[in-house]
Amino acid sequence: MYAQMIKTANSGVKPREEMSDQERAFQDKIDADIKIEPRDWMPDDYRRTLIRQIGQHAHSEVVGQLPEGNWITRAPTLERKMILLAKVQDEAGHGLYLYSAAETLGESRDELVRLLHEGRMKYSSIFNYPTLNWADIGAVGWLVDGAAIVNQVALQRTSYGPYSRAMVRICKEESFHARQGYHAMMKMAFGSPAQKKMAQDALNRLWFPSIMMFGPSDSESTHSEQSMAWKIKVKSNDELRQQYIDQTVPQIEYLGLDLPDPGLKWNAERGHYDFSEPDWSELFDVIKGNGPCNTDRMNARVKAWDDGQWVRDGLMAHARKKAARQHAAE
Amino acid sequence: MTDQNHLLQFLLRQGDNALILSHRVSEWCGHSPILEEDIALANTALDLIGQTQMWLGYAAEVQAEGKSADDLAFLRDAWDFRNILLVELPNGDFGRTLLRQFLFDAHQSVLMGRLIKSSDDTVAAIAAKASKEVAYHVERSADTVVGLGDGTAESHERMQAALDYLWPYVGEMFTSDDTDTAMAIAGIAPEPSTLRDEFHALVTRVLTDATLTIPGGRFSHKGGRTGEMHTEHLGHLLATMQWLQRAYPGCEW
Ligand SMILES: [Fe+2]
Ligand SMILES: [Fe+2]
Ligand SMILES: [Fe+2]
Repeated sequence: MYAQMIKTANSGVKPREEMSDQERAFQDKIDADIKIEPRDWMPDDYRRTLIRQIGQHAHSEVVGQLPEGNWITRAPTLERKMILLAKVQDEAGHGLYLYSAAETLGESRDELVRLLHEGRMKYSSIFNYPTLNWADIGAVGWLVDGAAIVNQVALQRTSYGPYSRAMVRICKEESFHARQGYHAMMKMAFGSPAQKKMAQDALNRLWFPSIMMFGPSDSESTHSEQSMAWKIKVKSNDELRQQYIDQTVPQIEYLGLDLPDPGLKWNAERGHYDFSEPDWSELFDVIKGNGPCNTDRMNARVKAWDDGQWVRDGLMAHARKKAARQHAAE
Repeated sequence: MTDQNHLLQFLLRQGDNALILSHRVSEWCGHSPILEEDIALANTALDLIGQTQMWLGYAAEVQAEGKSADDLAFLRDAWDFRNILLVELPNGDFGRTLLRQFLFDAHQSVLMGRLIKSSDDTVAAIAAKASKEVAYHVERSADTVVGLGDGTAESHERMQAALDYLWPYVGEMFTSDDTDTAMAIAGIAPEPSTLRDEFHALVTRVLTDATLTIPGGRFSHKGGRTGEMHTEHLGHLLATMQWLQRAYPGCEW
């Protein structure tokens, strides 16, 4: 989701008989739903997979500031501007908690940021789509945060303690964002014909990208099994996607907007909505770097980092001088 | 000008300063040197919009033409804006943005200290609420200015360049006109010139710690708070800020 297609560091699930005593004790803890804490022993692959997943999640929160930040200076009322600023501020805060969770695994924020900027780590595909009209801001809160919540509520039960606790804290704020996004969407959908057109346009553009946030379908998803066994991942991509679609379709209907996919139909037998298969080649293109905004997003982040170098250096130099002066005075 | 009109002008000056600076600060969102600064800058922008709502909300009430704070923010043209030029200047680099913030915060901290004793209860209440935020802002912006001024050779040089650029816009905060005199007589707000010594003491202390040199010239740009002549930058800022309200009038958002 915010972490998509995380390669498990090893291949396949290790059978129990091949495990060392340490590994077996570790797996027993996970099976008993006992959280793994930073000082506990853990397999290297578990650590590496988690760093990748938490890091990608953190990067998503940070890069996610950009498509929403795109509308802060154009927000139509003072209240909407405040809501949006507060949301984007929360997302940056989520980035901070998540980098801290990754730090408990021995990976520094600076290192993760370096890997992102070198193109060696990813962030969620969804943030490579543009925000083109004001309704996109409502739609992002409603759909993107909504999809994130479905994933992250499941991740509250993830086996790594600091990640699980970060999810509990983050989910509360994401729910608030989703509600505010839906509220903004209602204003648009129930507003003037032009506003309704913006709402429909936003929904049409963001729908398939939002359902692709859960990653490829389970049959295509090669690295899930070990992550599931370790409870780094708790539910499969398809389960989460279906849950998101089931909760969202009635919300679209309430808004009186046209369904963004003609294949969306209630299937009484399954007890779920059917939907059209997304164009997976698009997801793979976006993940490979060919989404509509990949280049702009990365350029913006790298530029912010490079332009800020003198600031970080200056503040560090000052902190050192101050410490030296204090030392000399003692 | 009637007393009510002077009060309205005074309130627009406060509200427009907060609104325009908030816009500038919010331009940093997602682009700052470090995540903690993204959060801090968003926080500053948020506080300033909150203050805008209070000042412009009261301005709309005093104006008594059935307008809202949003109407004043989104539907006035540049010539009706009453912010000082300092806040509408483009951000420049991070150092200039933070130095501008400090100069503004320093002035606000002195001003709010006086306005909490305003004879106008609403002005006093707004100032009481804003002064808590301003105290926090000025502490933070001062720390950053000191850190960057007294940091590396490069950061020092950039901060000195920022100060040289911004200093000619400081004087406008202390200029005075009929509105200021009327506010002072009514006990609503102090004459701007009476804030100068306290402002100077604070700014000199911080800039000295920052190892920066206050430029010698006494010239100051002005025309923003009277509305006589803004910079070219304000029109572009408003074109962005007001676009949706102008393009789709009369909607609820
Ligand atoms: Fe978030
Ligand atoms: Fe999010
Ligand atoms: Fe969110």
